[in-house]
Amino acid sequence: MILSRTAKWTLGAVFALVMLFIYVPLLVVVVNSFNVSLTFQWPPPGFTMEWWARAIDNVGVREALLTSVGVALIATTIALVLGTLTAVALTQYAFFGRQSISLLIILPIALPGIVTGVALNTMFTSWLGGLTYLTLVVAHATFCIVVIFNNASARLRRLGGNFVEASMDLGATRTTTFWRVTFPNMRSALVAGAVLAFGLSFDEIIVTTFTAGPGIQTLPLWIFNNLFRPQQAPIVNVVAAALILVSILPLYLAQRLSDDQTGDR
Amino acid sequence: MTTTEAPAGSPAAFLYRHPRARLTGLLALPMTWLVLLYLVPIVLLFVTAFWTTDSFTGNLQRTFTLENFARVLDPSQPFLTTALRTLAVAVSVTVVSIILAVPLSLFLAKIAQPRWRPLLVALVVTPLWASYLVKVYAWRTMLNPEGGFLESTLGFSTGYGWVAVVVVLTYLWLPYMVLPVYVGMQNVPPSLLDASSDLGARSWRTFRSVLLPLVKPAIIAGSVFTFSLSLGDYITVQLVGGKAQMLGNVVYGTFATDLPFAAAIASLTVLIMIGYLAAISRTGALENL
Amino acid sequence: MRFKHVTALGVGIAAASLAVAGCSSSSTSGGGSSAAPSASAYAGPVGEGEGELNVLAWPGYAEDGSTDPKVDWVTPFEKETGCQVNVKSFATSNEAYDLMRKGGYDVVSASGDASLRLVYGGYVQPVNTSLVPNYADIFSGLKDKQWNTVDGVNYGIPHGRGANLLLFNKGENKTEPTSWKDMWESNSPAKGKVSPYDDAIYIADAAVYLMATQPDLGITNPYSLDQTQFDAAIKLLDQQKPLVAEYWADYAKQANGLASGSISQGQGWQLTANVANADGDKVGATKPSEGATGWSDTWMVAKDTKNINCAYKWLDYIVSPKVNAEIAEYFGEAPANEKSCDLTSNEDHCAQFHAKEEDYWTNVYYWTTPTEQCLDGRTDVTCVPYKDWVSAWTTLRSA
Repeated sequence: MILSRTAKWTLGAVFALVMLFIYVPLLVVVVNSFNVSLTFQWPPPGFTMEWWARAIDNVGVREALLTSVGVALIATTIALVLGTLTAVALTQYAFFGRQSISLLIILPIALPGIVTGVALNTMFTSWLGGLTYLTLVVAHATFCIVVIFNNASARLRRLGGNFVEASMDLGATRTTTFWRVTFPNMRSALVAGAVLAFGLSFDEIIVTTFTAGPGIQTLPLWIFNNLFRPQQAPIVNVVAAALILVSILPLYLAQRLSDDQTGDR
Repeated sequence: MTTTEAPAGSPAAFLYRHPRARLTGLLALPMTWLVLLYLVPIVLLFVTAFWTTDSFTGNLQRTFTLENFARVLDPSQPFLTTALRTLAVAVSVTVVSIILAVPLSLFLAKIAQPRWRPLLVALVVTPLWASYLVKVYAWRTMLNPEGGFLESTLGFSTGYGWVAVVVVLTYLWLPYMVLPVYVGMQNVPPSLLDASSDLGARSWRTFRSVLLPLVKPAIIAGSVFTFSLSLGDYITVQLVGGKAQMLGNVVYGTFATDLPFAAAIASLTVLIMIGYLAAISRTGALENL
Repeated sequence: MRFKHVTALGVGIAAASLAVAGCSSSSTSGGGSSAAPSASAYAGPVGEGEGELNVLAWPGYAEDGSTDPKVDWVTPFEKETGCQVNVKSFATSNEAYDLMRKGGYDVVSASGDASLRLVYGGYVQPVNTSLVPNYADIFSGLKDKQWNTVDGVNYGIPHGRGANLLLFNKGENKTEPTSWKDMWESNSPAKGKVSPYDDAIYIADAAVYLMATQPDLGITNPYSLDQTQFDAAIKLLDQQKPLVAEYWADYAKQANGLASGSISQGQGWQLTANVANADGDKVGATKPSEGATGWSDTWMVAKDTKNINCAYKWLDYIVSPKVNAEIAEYFGEAPANEKSCDLTSNEDHCAQFHAKEEDYWTNVYYWTTPTEQCLDGRTDVTCVPYKDWVSAWTTLRSA
């Protein structure tokens, strides 16, 4: 695209401003993780390493982190299966009710989390005998499906029917075609979808509050419980700061992966 | 899966000859899941909205009543106003997100060096991973009208209120808008844009008449996220909204003591969302979601 | 996707809902009557533990070291009794009530605005205090009260107490306030910088103020309001609204506001003031002349618990002098056990929280669940029940 110099500079400036908008608050989080003030007074009255030391010793954080990773992994796996199946069905077949199904897929993310949360909570507790680890996983998987579905069907549409037809013309069955042609072409889209689904599940708090069983603490729940205890709030900032730093790498890799396939070559 | 010729009578051959069965096979699992574990609870919640509770214990009384909806829709009660305010917040967040995301994505997709692109996109998306609560708390510190970060560095802060709610929600959900729009722009073939320039269109004209119509579906897809995530929020409002309340706060505040009323309010948000989906479905954008 | 599909789905959902709602219009769910509860307490003796205990507690009441490895009184209990403890913490009394109602927990630390609901709803069982040796050392001012005892039957073990104080920023308030008036009156100098508690039970704080300023309303118990008294309280809350900066539900947020001065006066806890003062002496706390609301929490036992022995071991353990002292200090409240006062790490803890001064507590009105049958003994009128408190509060906050 041929853009005028001014346009390029304007866009560059907007980009810089938005990056500032995104990163200044995160910087505040990082600075606050060293802030001696328990109530995050600004400017910080002093700095300390104490919170980092205490966070590293904290068993609760580690357990919550593992729980979160576990829930997000299982939920993402379930969503991968269900989302891919639906995407294949909806892009390769035209049938009555197709529209309603694509709406049904969108609903869990389109309806506000508090509605989903209260609805699932009511059903699990009054009809299915209470909240457990499983109810939490089920809830997360449900709203993750749409992310996988979106990525997978976008890729399938772009792929078109030609490859599939060519493969079948050459004598491959549908199954073979799927595993040899369709799936390899979808892989990077699925990875990108999975990363997004994982992130969605990992940081979800509203539905989680309503569907986690007793004693189950995901990282956001741990953060929620601890932010409201002043002795603990600084440690929460440490955890958040650490998460920010740790998460840049996988996102970068995922982005490269999906970029390799879609880049305007 | 190495079979190239399915023997007659095998399941594969059966499926090959019966597309209906293939389709059913593909959809059985996801649809069972979504209907039983999602649609049924939502319907049950609506059912609850037509019931009432015991005045003391808050237990459900399963007698049919319209009083919850009557209360929600009663103009002398504040809930319709709350709904309008909530709607205004969701719309504002969506609009601001679009205004920020479009130039940002354009920069990423068409100006930034391809070598740097993955890193820059990762930098835009990373905040998704910092805890939601921590980010809201950081904003609380920033917006404090007495010596907060903004006040002490810029000499100006919005304080806590509706503006703060819109700013923070935009902050939280912006990546959900940037991602689809960026992908949408990347998928626009450069040849189309070059053709437009060759025909004499200036940057702005190319952007408005060629690029924007092509990424419109992606923008709408992103707006489903920003709109619905804002519509149902209650935690951000509590922390930076001052005494502001949205529909989510009403649901959260009443679901434990008066589930039927909470369900009636929740159905109001569902109604708004269905209305929104209906409105954008006319544009055909959901096909591309 | 076209418009009609979306609409059709919406209509379908609505129609299905109506059908289901209509069909089951005759049945009522169990356990919902307001009749006086009848159940018998565990006869004992407290024997071998069942090996497990599910605890529902306010944050900070049942610490197992997961928030801070140094703060842990659950692990010693587990070692001592063999009862494996699963803790779930809750943020509000309503949440606690909801979770207890749905089951799965053996014991709960219930505040007064939840305890009676739990008793009348039939979700908790009477407690045989003779099976709890440490009960003997609990302050008499906490025993046999409206929120833990019904018709002479004890339903729980008192855990600790606190008053909802007037907190103020010292920079904004040059002299220490002695009245709640700046939080209520329209001409308040604290206008726009007031922070009330965000819960229906806060209506009682309005009633406490009215007891002093409008004696002709005849309020004697802020949780026992007839319709006229209730309306007056709501009117006062409406009057307060323009003064409000923020309603608070978590004390870290309020402490932050008070310390920075974005809040001048608020209703809150001693603990909140202590937290705000961690960086310097900025916030004061006082109990104004009109009196104050307060809380006294009670450990209660679920009706259908499978772990009754572990539950009784927990009740006794949690109010034992050393543990009760630890919790009182960590959470910031007055301990329930008299002997705890000698065991706190801060020698002044009991003095600071007025644990031993029964006089101090005479005009502290502990949270109690309002019922239709007036709690102050009046029989000629009916009082506004808790559900209507919640409903009025919801309306007030949304307006």
